[in-house]
Amino acid sequence: MSPIDSPLRWRYLHEVLTKPGPFSDEDWIPGPETISALESSKVLVIGAGGLGCEILKNLALSGFKDIHVIDMDTIDISNLNRQFLFRHSDIGKPKAEVAAAFVERRVKGVSITPFVGKIQDKDEDYYMQFKIIVCGLDSIEARRWINATLIGMVDPEDPESLKPLIDGGTEGFKGQARVILPTLSSCIECQLDMHAPRPAVPLCTIATIPRQPQHCIEWAHQIAWQEHRKDDAFDSDDMEHIGWVYNEAHERAKQFNIHGVTFQMTQGVVKNIIPAIASTNAVIAAATTSEALKIATSCNPYLENYMMYAGEEGVYTYTFEAEKKSDCPVCGNLARKMTVNPKMTLEEFIETIGERPEAQLKKPSLRTEEKTLYQRFPPQLEEQTRANLKRSIRELVDDGEEIAVSDPAYTIDFRYRLIFS
Amino acid sequence: MTEAFPSTLVGPSSKERKYDRQLRLWAASGQKALEESRVLLVNSDGPWGDQSTGVSGVVGVETLKNLVLPGVGGFTIVDPAVVTEPDLGVNFFLEEESLGKSRAEETCRLLRELNPDVEGSFQTQSILELIQQDPEFLPRYKLVLVSGPIKHSSLDALCSAARELNIPVLYTRSVGFYSTFSLQLPATFPIVETHPDPETTQDLRLLNPWPELTEATTRVENLEGLDDHQHGHVPYILLLLHYLDQWKESHGGNVPSNYKEKTEFREMVRSGARTSNPEGGEENYDEAVAAVLKSLNPFSLPSSLREIFEMEECKTPTPKSADFWIIASAVNEFYQQHKMLPLPGSLPDMKAQSADYISLQNIYKSKARRDVEEVTKYVRRVESQLGPRPIDIPDKDIEVFCKNAAHINVIHGRNIPQLNGDAPTLKSLGNNLSIPDSLVTVFIAFQILDGVVTDIQTRGQSGQSLDDEAAWSTQISRAIDEITSDGSQVLDDDCRERILEATQELRRTEGGELHNISSLTGGLVAQEALKVITRQYVPLNNTCVFDGVHSRSEMFKL
Repeated sequence: MSPIDSPLRWRYLHEVLTKPGPFSDEDWIPGPETISALESSKVLVIGAGGLGCEILKNLALSGFKDIHVIDMDTIDISNLNRQFLFRHSDIGKPKAEVAAAFVERRVKGVSITPFVGKIQDKDEDYYMQFKIIVCGLDSIEARRWINATLIGMVDPEDPESLKPLIDGGTEGFKGQARVILPTLSSCIECQLDMHAPRPAVPLCTIATIPRQPQHCIEWAHQIAWQEHRKDDAFDSDDMEHIGWVYNEAHERAKQFNIHGVTFQMTQGVVKNIIPAIASTNAVIAAATTSEALKIATSCNPYLENYMMYAGEEGVYTYTFEAEKKSDCPVCGNLARKMTVNPKMTLEEFIETIGERPEAQLKKPSLRTEEKTLYQRFPPQLEEQTRANLKRSIRELVDDGEEIAVSDPAYTIDFRYRLIFS
Repeated sequence: MTEAFPSTLVGPSSKERKYDRQLRLWAASGQKALEESRVLLVNSDGPWGDQSTGVSGVVGVETLKNLVLPGVGGFTIVDPAVVTEPDLGVNFFLEEESLGKSRAEETCRLLRELNPDVEGSFQTQSILELIQQDPEFLPRYKLVLVSGPIKHSSLDALCSAARELNIPVLYTRSVGFYSTFSLQLPATFPIVETHPDPETTQDLRLLNPWPELTEATTRVENLEGLDDHQHGHVPYILLLLHYLDQWKESHGGNVPSNYKEKTEFREMVRSGARTSNPEGGEENYDEAVAAVLKSLNPFSLPSSLREIFEMEECKTPTPKSADFWIIASAVNEFYQQHKMLPLPGSLPDMKAQSADYISLQNIYKSKARRDVEEVTKYVRRVESQLGPRPIDIPDKDIEVFCKNAAHINVIHGRNIPQLNGDAPTLKSLGNNLSIPDSLVTVFIAFQILDGVVTDIQTRGQSGQSLDDEAAWSTQISRAIDEITSDGSQVLDDDCRERILEATQELRRTEGGELHNISSLTGGLVAQEALKVITRQYVPLNNTCVFDGVHSRSEMFKL
């Protein structure tokens, strides 16, 4: 058998690493040094799902030799329509381990180190060892966490502390890939309002005037479950639980003469399922790994800094430079403006924070420079500040005053300047 | 209502669970079409000279991966190549043990592992031999994928055979940081379920209410008399109809027709909201105000539909016509009768009491059902006039057509574009060349590459290879001559320079693929294949270029 790293095997890749192209940087020196820079670049892949499987394969076939992967999930049957490193017999096993072992077996000479757990389990020292971080996540929260962490790690004196973050995301036939140079270019938080959450159905509609099958499902999930089974922790992967919610929703729909509650819809609503297909994942994952190759080797210019893709009607992409915002709560130094009706109670205001595109914080605690407005933990502090919930914003803060918002999902504070409407 | 509620819980089957995330995009009908389709992949067509085995075929295999996973019925890989060392550096569906074996067989084996529901087979002969030896070979497939560059003679023979059989072809090339693919569809390719954005497709008929809808409005005639709770729960559609009546009374029976009038009308609606309540406003009025500009447009037949109605296939269906054209002619008849399309019948969610909303929803649904019945009547009449057909058009298909009538689409398929003197292609190339950032230069570079490969494969000169400077110069000149041949184009220096740059970048890997670019392109091509096979969403018409240097793409109609 021929040696694993025979130059013949990597012939095409090495062609672009050993000769300049019309668009590569004039100062770039192609050759063996570029190849060894690539091979010694340690890369971290966050997520071993639809994007992650593709990303691992692509990095291994792009000449990266030292790859790490983090994922806390286990393999489910609904992953098999796109997560091509998994088989039916792998159901229930950890994604990171199965994916790493598969790619290591298939592509000789690559080392893939899996970690089964949460990104929050790891500290800055861990993230500091990597050259590039590629994200294939389905959670905005995890993206915001890694973004804030990498920005916090930047030491202006030490260029090695700046870790390029390449992020991919998909939904159905659509997706996006973006490159973030922490503190230097637009970050996930700067772009947060480009990915606004779907507006939630008001609770009163769910409780009293349902009109859509989804309203009946929300009622069964949020209200009926609390009433009848509050001692069972609801588990959206438990078929018995979903079945119960479906039956309750179905009964309620019948009562209101609403058509269209199905099991599939019930699952979709309670698990907040996003449609996902292999082909979109392939496009977005390869877009991210192509940037990783270009960043690690300089063989061509990298993306600055956002490419969106939509495939419902022909093939549409839009590549542009998203703006770095000076009032970004993570990478900027100014507080972000937030317009608020001063007549609102603090409680009402807090409810809006989860849905506001510029905040999207589910469990906020708030304080001004002088005083704590509302603090969820510890319980004593919660009790002390609870009375503020019923007070109006006007009573608690001044127009234009700055508040700091913390949330258990993030380690940093978010600063907002409240402007009265 | 005749709709029945299902009585017992029917949980999803294991297949439904496996395919859950995609069924939410193309439903059971799309899945069925996919499972009934076999695709053919022509992954190489012989070596390029002495030193190269030809196309490495990664983009083809990556495309198939994205079709095998969602459960395409089956696939066949045609590939005469033998696995070599460079294949292992780019192709994930090969392993160490594959070296020296048939590439068709090895990639087929490893792709089949991805999904036990999918049949896979392979052929090590060349595609021309296969279609010449066995006339039954090509008709088995619903779609043909070709990985190029391959010599013109093979491509032309395959494409014209597929055209005869109305089989779509996707011709793809991925080399270095660039890729391009073109889709050849049959002369007419109709799509009913185009899945437009639901936001842009509401059809509420507020300017042309039918009697039942008008009747519903009279129930809220006395808005002033309603208590705050009732007033805040009148569905916004009824509010708009109510204020439209008022407007008409003071405007000689006319509805607000221009922007100025609509803004005035919007103010009229806004001023009707009660603000003395604790919320300081009413949500249903907010919804009504927000809907004025987009919902008060008179019906006009979309130009795409006008074009379809005027097509010969629609005007005079024959016994051999596809169901689509018979339904289209019936919908045209409906349109001629009513100057309207059948009502889709869906109603957006809005602030309202449950019972009021459901009753309004039923008004829309019954009207839609009556429209479907009328169209069905026309369909059945056309069917009986045409004489016996294999099966009657299913009611379900007529219903789906009516629901999507305003957004149906017919693509006029074109051939795989080449630099062979075709006037519309040359014109389009010329127009795009005048746009400074256009990726059309990359397309031209690929045409030049096709020319070089054709040269090597057909002349079979020994020693000639893809890095032959003279072969490239010849083909570059030939391409530029071709583009300027009709005299309307003069290529300035900048244009030439851009074509040369694209050619230079393309030559960097000496015809080889980079895995990332082929994987990305395999995703794009599979996306188009899925749209063609399921006949849902809108496929490419007809060429796409991806530039991995600058991470962008562009579509061309060539």
